[in-house]
Amino acid sequence: MEVVQLLVSGLANGCVYGLIALGFVLIYKATEQVNFAQGDFMMLGAFVCLGLTNAHYMGLPFWIAAPLAIAIMAVLGYLLDFFVLRHLFGQSQTAVVILTIALGFVIRFVAGVIWSHEPQTLESPLAIGDFNIGGVVLGMADIAVIVVTVLLTYFLYQFFQRTKLGLAMQAASQNQMAAYFMGIPVKRVQGMIWGLSGAVAAVAGILFASKGAIDPNAGLLGIKAFAAAVIGGFGSLPGALMGGLIVGVIEPFASRYFPAGYSQIAPYTLLLFVLVFRPHGLFSQVRVKKV
Amino acid sequence: MRIHFKTSYEHDIRLFPDWWSFCVYATLIVIAVALPWLMDDFFLGEVTNVLIWAIAGLGLMLLTGQTGQASLGHAAFLALGCYSCIIFMEQGWPFLIAFPAAGILTGVVGTIIAIPAIRLHGIYLAIATIALSILADDIIVLMEPITDGVSGKFAPMINIFGIEIERWTTPDRFYWLVLAVTILCTLAYRNLLRSPLGRAMAAVRDSEVSATAMGVHIARTKAAAFGISCAITGLAGALMGFYAGAFNNETFSIVISITLLMMIVIGGLGSIHGAFFGAVVVAFLPQFLSMTKDLIGGSSVAIPGLETGVFGMILILFILFEPMGIYGRWMKIRIWFELFPFARKDMFKRQKSYLKTERLR
Repeated sequence: MEVVQLLVSGLANGCVYGLIALGFVLIYKATEQVNFAQGDFMMLGAFVCLGLTNAHYMGLPFWIAAPLAIAIMAVLGYLLDFFVLRHLFGQSQTAVVILTIALGFVIRFVAGVIWSHEPQTLESPLAIGDFNIGGVVLGMADIAVIVVTVLLTYFLYQFFQRTKLGLAMQAASQNQMAAYFMGIPVKRVQGMIWGLSGAVAAVAGILFASKGAIDPNAGLLGIKAFAAAVIGGFGSLPGALMGGLIVGVIEPFASRYFPAGYSQIAPYTLLLFVLVFRPHGLFSQVRVKKV
Repeated sequence: MRIHFKTSYEHDIRLFPDWWSFCVYATLIVIAVALPWLMDDFFLGEVTNVLIWAIAGLGLMLLTGQTGQASLGHAAFLALGCYSCIIFMEQGWPFLIAFPAAGILTGVVGTIIAIPAIRLHGIYLAIATIALSILADDIIVLMEPITDGVSGKFAPMINIFGIEIERWTTPDRFYWLVLAVTILCTLAYRNLLRSPLGRAMAAVRDSEVSATAMGVHIARTKAAAFGISCAITGLAGALMGFYAGAFNNETFSIVISITLLMMIVIGGLGSIHGAFFGAVVVAFLPQFLSMTKDLIGGSSVAIPGLETGVFGMILILFILFEPMGIYGRWMKIRIWFELFPFARKDMFKRQKSYLKTERLR
């Protein structure tokens, strides 16, 4: 029973990692850029929702506030691309990496000024207590996280495979010049993907905040989600979810069965092993570069 | 305006292009040596801090600016250099042996780590090095018998042939020590750039495909760059340990890694000057912020994250408006004056490149 309990709580945590990782992968899949600020986006999304919902801020009902927060984050993502990242068009990947890390610092600072550094809880209807199914304790929020994550991954996967816009996004990442010649408005497509990833980050943030308290440093969770995205294989949406689940499940098991101190390093050790033996992740899409 | 006619390869690789620049740098060194008599101890300490950051910046610059491999894990090597130097000294080794040994050890470990890491490129390398930086923190705690874990270590007194050097009691001697290491590292870096290895590194940075075609062994060059870069960073780490006096697992956190990378970007990637300009920004920003806060009459309560927030803002502005950093801006201004009135607006226009994925081919 204990194993099942660890597994379930690991899966719920893993889904949050997976959701943040989805945001990474979306942007990477469509623009070949890596958004190191994705964790901070998640935190910002959670705080926007918290600011709209909680009684001593705006006090809106949760079911209005949550879609509003997702919309706000989508607009923010689009504007960020429009005002900042579009100017980096044609610069190296490293420049974008450094820029988004800096952006993460700025977001963390701004969130700290607006909502203070004290941990706060979202007054969410999802946090309504636990179920007990045959000895396994399961929070309502955990179930919501798992269901939403699986649905979202499925829809995003279908979106990339089936819709015109999804295919345009893939084309824009594979060869910008050729995509442009084919009539794809590459810049606008990139803006849309940043907006979409902002919305996904907001969903992740709202679910994360429903599971527990949140403070401006929660964005550092992004690094763990990053490990998840790499383990699953950058550029693969189901891979991101799988990576998240693997990292999420490893953590409780490592802290239960390994001596203290080794549990924190378990996800990163796994990450290094994956990078050494399968550098492009478990669900890789990469062919060898020819010279 | 000075025009350099290069008539032989020897001319091309001279350390100083002409007498004028030799005189400029000689004057700079004289002023730097005389600094303890010109400044009080507080500012001398700050300048020492700048120099130590500059050495660390040189180390990362070699890897990121010269070879084009972005590393977000250099704090791990700072930590390794720091801990190994102080542990060697606790074993009774004299500083003059322990200090280079720490650098060499860090370089060897860096090369070993590079062997799997060179198969990665771009962001994957950045991610692997981030993981390294996070692991370093935990490994220091796990190796408590040697590293004293969270309680940390204290730097012993440095003794060179009977001359005692300590950060607080003899700040001038410590400054000279750091200055000597800085000059040695800068010279080593400058000489490396003139050597075949340095040229190979630049070739790898600019295009791996063409470098291979020209007969450059990519993996070997990258491993060498990693090793030398880590060795210099290890030396800087040891000096940082002596400067701080006491340190533990949290001294060399991932934030230090990120700061280091941002520092060389602000300074100007790919130039020695850039490492120094960046170090000045990093070392003086906290002082500058607290002074500004006093000036506008703000409360003395520390705002958490203010420093990193402002630093991030500065960095974003630099990447957007001056990707070549402070050194790039300085070059542009200088060339504008040198060519006056013939400087054109688009002289420094970058060539646009369009993205092609490396995932599918």
